[in-house]
Amino acid sequence: MANKIATRDAYGKALVALADKYPNVVVLDADLAGSTRTEWFAAEHPDRFFDMGIAEANMMGYASGLAACGKVVFASGFSIFTTGRAWEQIRDSLAYSNLNVTVVGTHAGLSVGEDGATHQSLEDIAIMRVIPNMIVVCPCDANETTRAVEALIEYEGPAYLRLGRAGVETVTDSLPNYEFHLGKGTLLNDGTDVTICATGLTVQMSLEAVKLLAAEGISARLIDIHTIKPLDEDILLKAAKETGAIVTTEEHSVIGGLGSAVSEYLSGVCPVPVVRHGVKDVFGKSGEAGAVLKYFDITPEKIAESAKKAISLKK
Amino acid sequence: MDREEYAKLKLIAAKARLRALEQVYTAASGHIGGSLSCMDILTVLYFHTMRVDPADPKSPDRDRFVLSKGHCTPALYAILAMRGFFPVDELKTFRSINGRLSGHPVTNIPGVDACTGSLGQGISMAAGMALAGKMDGKDYRVYAILGDGEIEEGQVWEMAMSAAKYKLDNFCAFVDVNGLQIDGPTAVVMPSEPLDEKFRAFGWNVIVIDGHDLEAIDKALNDAAACKGKPTMIIAKTVKGKGVSYMENNFKWHGVAPKTDEFNVARAELEAQIAELEGK
Repeated sequence: MANKIATRDAYGKALVALADKYPNVVVLDADLAGSTRTEWFAAEHPDRFFDMGIAEANMMGYASGLAACGKVVFASGFSIFTTGRAWEQIRDSLAYSNLNVTVVGTHAGLSVGEDGATHQSLEDIAIMRVIPNMIVVCPCDANETTRAVEALIEYEGPAYLRLGRAGVETVTDSLPNYEFHLGKGTLLNDGTDVTICATGLTVQMSLEAVKLLAAEGISARLIDIHTIKPLDEDILLKAAKETGAIVTTEEHSVIGGLGSAVSEYLSGVCPVPVVRHGVKDVFGKSGEAGAVLKYFDITPEKIAESAKKAISLKK
Repeated sequence: MDREEYAKLKLIAAKARLRALEQVYTAASGHIGGSLSCMDILTVLYFHTMRVDPADPKSPDRDRFVLSKGHCTPALYAILAMRGFFPVDELKTFRSINGRLSGHPVTNIPGVDACTGSLGQGISMAAGMALAGKMDGKDYRVYAILGDGEIEEGQVWEMAMSAAKYKLDNFCAFVDVNGLQIDGPTAVVMPSEPLDEKFRAFGWNVIVIDGHDLEAIDKALNDAAACKGKPTMIIAKTVKGKGVSYMENNFKWHGVAPKTDEFNVARAELEAQIAELEGK
């Protein structure tokens, strides 16, 4: 197995690697630069890094003001704080005016682990994607994160980038002809019986689930939905028509996230069974990341089980 | 400021008060009390101090202004229209579905630099604009107006710490201290005084003035521009509803539109002030 790299590490490295190519990039943080890895950018470009202290609301205002004057801003912190504490600032200060700010939320989901429920954001995708003008990106590995950061620098408008704390296996670097495009899903495995739509670290789990299903003679398609908004409608419609059953999986509440986005779209154009696998409507819990994921049924086995349920619902 | 300039600005402020009143009456909604209290500050900024060009409202070198107390659009729109950013006639569409003059400022209106209205947010955006100016070595200045109720928002104090940290001496904000907010006197709803001592303790250059004295506003702005290494907060003591006798110092007129008979009285008072300034 390849070395595991956290997407937050890839984010920190990408900012450093892209800094000279994009001199307008400015990075803000809210006293978490060590954890979000923006300290690597800060060390090389102190004139373009601002630590705003533990004050996310004010940070989003600064981000908006900087962007209104031509800067491309990355406003970083833990997901629960950047998206939750500063939600209305994101809505009114930056999204309404379509400013070039990427809100970055590291330590998203259950896999933050030991810090427990207060720090495990399970609602961030929901509350970011509901804001007009916002796009929502959740890369699955280091390679995809690196591509996403550059794509977001080039993209004009507000965005939310969801990143994880835990190391994850890099899976997209070995794909033939891999390309990253905002708003376009990546087909990781073709299949005919069911389609698994995954985002973030459930992509790696879904690769395992595909193998578990194959052992039972089930052919599962797997799509990496790294951009939850705007959704890749073409790839979803095709999957719904060709496989007739969908399972979504995410390290997020089953309310409002990828599962909701896919259901909202398909219900209006091609209503096939959609089983939403994710965290039920509950708070998280302290524990080692892997143990917490298992406790809340975020495992390859449960993804496979959900896929079989989706198949059973086919008419 | 010479006598001629002073007389010109006095007349503009009086006319702008009437424009603000007309907007709120026509729309049958809007915030007149706080618009009248900050009108003299806006007049000096847009007609005397700020480097802006209505023909090029997005010029990168322009001075910026953020109405952090965003509900006072009747004042801002009157001033922007009279300054030439859009036709004065368009003020009739204030808050209308058929127009763009939103109840609170939005950035698709020419001359509006920030989307505000959710209190506490605009001031941080203004500080961000000032920081960008510092980064780029530009000489533009950034101005903002806070309400004295608005400063109850914690974000204002987050901003206060950060603007001092980054030594934003190209940044000058006002607190429009009219002493009243929606639910009543600020001193009752949530006491915030002494504001001068608080901002001084946060590392700001603080100037206290009468917010209706045009010469004092002008002098404070000059003193702010001369101050190096610190942002400036001008604590402007004002009268809510200034210029309309029955609205003055009455919190009822925070966000209520006058009825026709009330409007007629207010209009007559403001027209009399304009006539007097015109020497008629």
